[in-house]
Amino acid sequence: MAKTPSPQELSKINHEPSNDGWMEMPVDFRPGTWCYSGKASALETLELPNPREWQPTDEDWKLPDNWETIIYEGFRERLKKFRSLKIFMDTCVRCGACADKCHFFLGSGDPKNMPVLRAELLRSVYRKDFTTAGKILGKLAGARKLTKDVLKEWFYYFYQCTECRRCSVFCPYGIDTAEVTMMARELLHLVGVNINWVLEPAAKCFTTGNHLGLLPHTFKDSIESLCEDIEDVTGIHIDVPLNKKGADVLFITPSADVFADPGIYTFMGYLLLFEHIGLNYTMSTYASEGGNFGLFTNNETMKKLNSKMYAEAKRLGVKWILGGECGHMWRVVHQYMDTMNGPADFLEVPKSPITGTVFENAASTKMVHITEFTADLIKHGKLKFDPRRNDHRHVTFHDSCNPARAMGLFEEPRYIIKQVCNNFHEMPENTIREQTFCCGSGTGLNTDEYMEMRMRGGLPRASAVKHVHQKHGVDLLSCICAIDRATLSTLMQYWVPAVEVSGVHELVGNALIMEGENERTTDLRDEPLEGMEDDE
Amino acid sequence: MKILFPLIAVIVLVLVALAGVDGAHLQTLFGIYIPYAALAVFLVGIVLRVIGWARSPVPFRIPTTCGQQKTLPWIKADNLESPHNTLGVIGRMALEVFFFRSLFRNLKADYDENRTGNELTYGSAKWLWAAGLAFHWSFLFIFLRHLRFFSEPIFFFVPFLETMDGLLQIGVPRLFMTDLVILAAVTFLFARRIVSPQVRYISLPADFFPLFLILAIALSGIFMRYITKVDIVSVKAFTMSLVSFNPTLPKGIGSVFYVHIFLVSTLFAYFPFSKLVHMAGVFLSPTRNLANNSRAKRHINPWNPDVKVHTYAEYEDEFRDVMKAAGLPLEKE
Ligand code: HEM
Ligand code: SF4
Ligand code: SF4
Repeated sequence: MAKTPSPQELSKINHEPSNDGWMEMPVDFRPGTWCYSGKASALETLELPNPREWQPTDEDWKLPDNWETIIYEGFRERLKKFRSLKIFMDTCVRCGACADKCHFFLGSGDPKNMPVLRAELLRSVYRKDFTTAGKILGKLAGARKLTKDVLKEWFYYFYQCTECRRCSVFCPYGIDTAEVTMMARELLHLVGVNINWVLEPAAKCFTTGNHLGLLPHTFKDSIESLCEDIEDVTGIHIDVPLNKKGADVLFITPSADVFADPGIYTFMGYLLLFEHIGLNYTMSTYASEGGNFGLFTNNETMKKLNSKMYAEAKRLGVKWILGGECGHMWRVVHQYMDTMNGPADFLEVPKSPITGTVFENAASTKMVHITEFTADLIKHGKLKFDPRRNDHRHVTFHDSCNPARAMGLFEEPRYIIKQVCNNFHEMPENTIREQTFCCGSGTGLNTDEYMEMRMRGGLPRASAVKHVHQKHGVDLLSCICAIDRATLSTLMQYWVPAVEVSGVHELVGNALIMEGENERTTDLRDEPLEGMEDDE
Repeated sequence: MKILFPLIAVIVLVLVALAGVDGAHLQTLFGIYIPYAALAVFLVGIVLRVIGWARSPVPFRIPTTCGQQKTLPWIKADNLESPHNTLGVIGRMALEVFFFRSLFRNLKADYDENRTGNELTYGSAKWLWAAGLAFHWSFLFIFLRHLRFFSEPIFFFVPFLETMDGLLQIGVPRLFMTDLVILAAVTFLFARRIVSPQVRYISLPADFFPLFLILAIALSGIFMRYITKVDIVSVKAFTMSLVSFNPTLPKGIGSVFYVHIFLVSTLFAYFPFSKLVHMAGVFLSPTRNLANNSRAKRHINPWNPDVKVHTYAEYEDEFRDVMKAAGLPLEKE
């Protein structure tokens, strides 16, 4: 594995491209900037084509003999199936408004990371194969033939896009390079070109129900051990119902919340909340994953993995589904789930059993975001808080790409944070809400061999955090995404070491005054609370 | 190369028109056949293009949300940036089409590794938006003003536009502001493609060609109107004869006029095959023209695929022993 350059070395970035044409510039598979290939076993589980042993640095990628035809036919099929692809291939005027909006361009200076050029990698082949001008005029019309080098370039740059959609906010035609990347990744899958960090979790999710491949009993054990931690901090004993039939609500969250630091503290927050309001809920070991790496694979895999949510809700006979804090999971739930696996006519329109609020915005999909649910509880005065228990923290909030730009979830998390924390500071306005910057490791790129690129891609986010850290003493970066909780922690250690990362419900869990609890002397992380420390 | 080639192409177009009219006396070809053909190519081309787009379905509802979604009644939803109904979508599209809303957001990232903290800052960058808007609005004004030549009686709005446009009241014939604005704006858009290293890098010949072409059209038009002072009455008689499909060539009209209409014909014929189709594409963009209501109303994908799933029954079969040992409820003991 490559040694990651120091922050000083990595800070030297030149954003001015040279004068050479981009079409001729070959890809340099520099260590730290690409991910290992998908393992054959994962491809077999997911029934994806061309499982084999290979690595991107190999000269020969062992493509099928007719790979050009496969890509050509796949491209044609997708132009027929996705209007987005057609429009985005045809309408770009190369105005460059999107150019410096991508975190990977800002962090690397590599001109092919300008969203417009990333899309041109595909568009140039589109012109050659599907437009008259491109067929006749060739390079003069910006067209070029698909060669193995072009394919390698696709692999490199379409796995240097986290499908964050920031470029799409600024494009006058809404051209969404994330969508282009999704199409390109689908094409690459047709010839077996892909990365392991997406496919192995997806395969595990398919068989065991979660990315980590936790078997049913391990999943249960992990939850129980978190319950013990909760008891240590609060004195409250909680039992989490699993696979229980007849509950009101099925709760689904990313499996990382059950297993990985610091997601586990967010998970403890959810459990305290449910206990506080006496919610009749269940979790499931079968649908034990909220995240969906199928979104980063192709639409069929996304549908496969997502099918478990409705299937399990139906089997358990719940009324509706509550979803935890996760970014890409919510893109799938909000924009794809009902279309793919609905209609969910066996569920009821979600209604909060505590406040009676009917979530009309989820009337068809029947799945509610936990920040929507909690915000409603707070508004109705159903939760008792002591926000001083978060006084040892100066908090800022990172809008995760998908809830921001594929859902429009901005106010609920902020409302909650302001109710449970006294010290909240926003990052600069061009780095939050719809203009938020990606953590730099989304879409399955949060793997160690890719560390240099991750730290580059995360630079814009880190730079904004550093700003509020220096200005307001911010030391906690809260977010509503499980990938963020993992990746931002690494990012902060690299760029702004004094800042830690948390979910929003961790803060809720800290502040909730539980009936019959011990006096709290530490937060959920077992760190002492200022002015409330143990006297002994 | 990518600048020179389109420049030469436009010069050649001008020379072809001049040679055709002054040398070969092909007035009929350049005045009648080519304009008709170009218009036909334009209309058929655009219609086919739009039908081609429309034939592909929109499988998923994927608006880019730039404002608060509609959720709880006490949280203010942003119906323009994250529309939840058709009215909102219309509003959002209108802002895009008439005012380039998204381009208005444009920022310029400024990177300085030596700045303490925040090495990346984002300055406002509205020049592209301003020049783009100036260019398109003056293009639209000029286009509409030209309808004077193609209507009898003249469409009611044309004199109004002319009065507005000539408000400066300079010279005879009266100076139209849009003539200056379009020259300035196109020049800016061109200069930007050369000066900004990033934009220069992404530019193709096909990005310079329409700029040169439109510049040449504007210049030839301005030349006729203010310098050679073409005989408007004969031009109008000619254009009306085109409209009534009874074309009669005008007498005593200089070759600049033919250059002008040849370039316009080229623009029309080129339009459907080029990036200029963004005019139609913007209306069909699924990240902008869909309401953000996919959880409230089910969106249908006409080709929703059948996929092989891993069912709960299979899952329980595989893990029954460990589930039982862990005390998890089972469907089958
Ligand atoms: C609904 C109508 C239209 C809309 C909403 C629209 C919108 C835009 C926007 C937002 C840009 C990017 C900003 C810029 O570069 O100026 C642009 C560029 C451009 N448009 Fe349009 N446009 C429309 C119609 C047209 C028409 C009718 C033409 C002329 C034939 C045209 C020619 C151009 C050209 C040449 C550019 C590229 C300018 C450059 O080189 O940067 N557009 N358009
Ligand atoms: S902002 Fe849109 S139109 Fe402009 S270069 Fe980027 S993708 Fe193309
Ligand atoms: S979607 Fe995000 S990562 Fe991909 S090109 Fe656009 S800005 Fe860059």
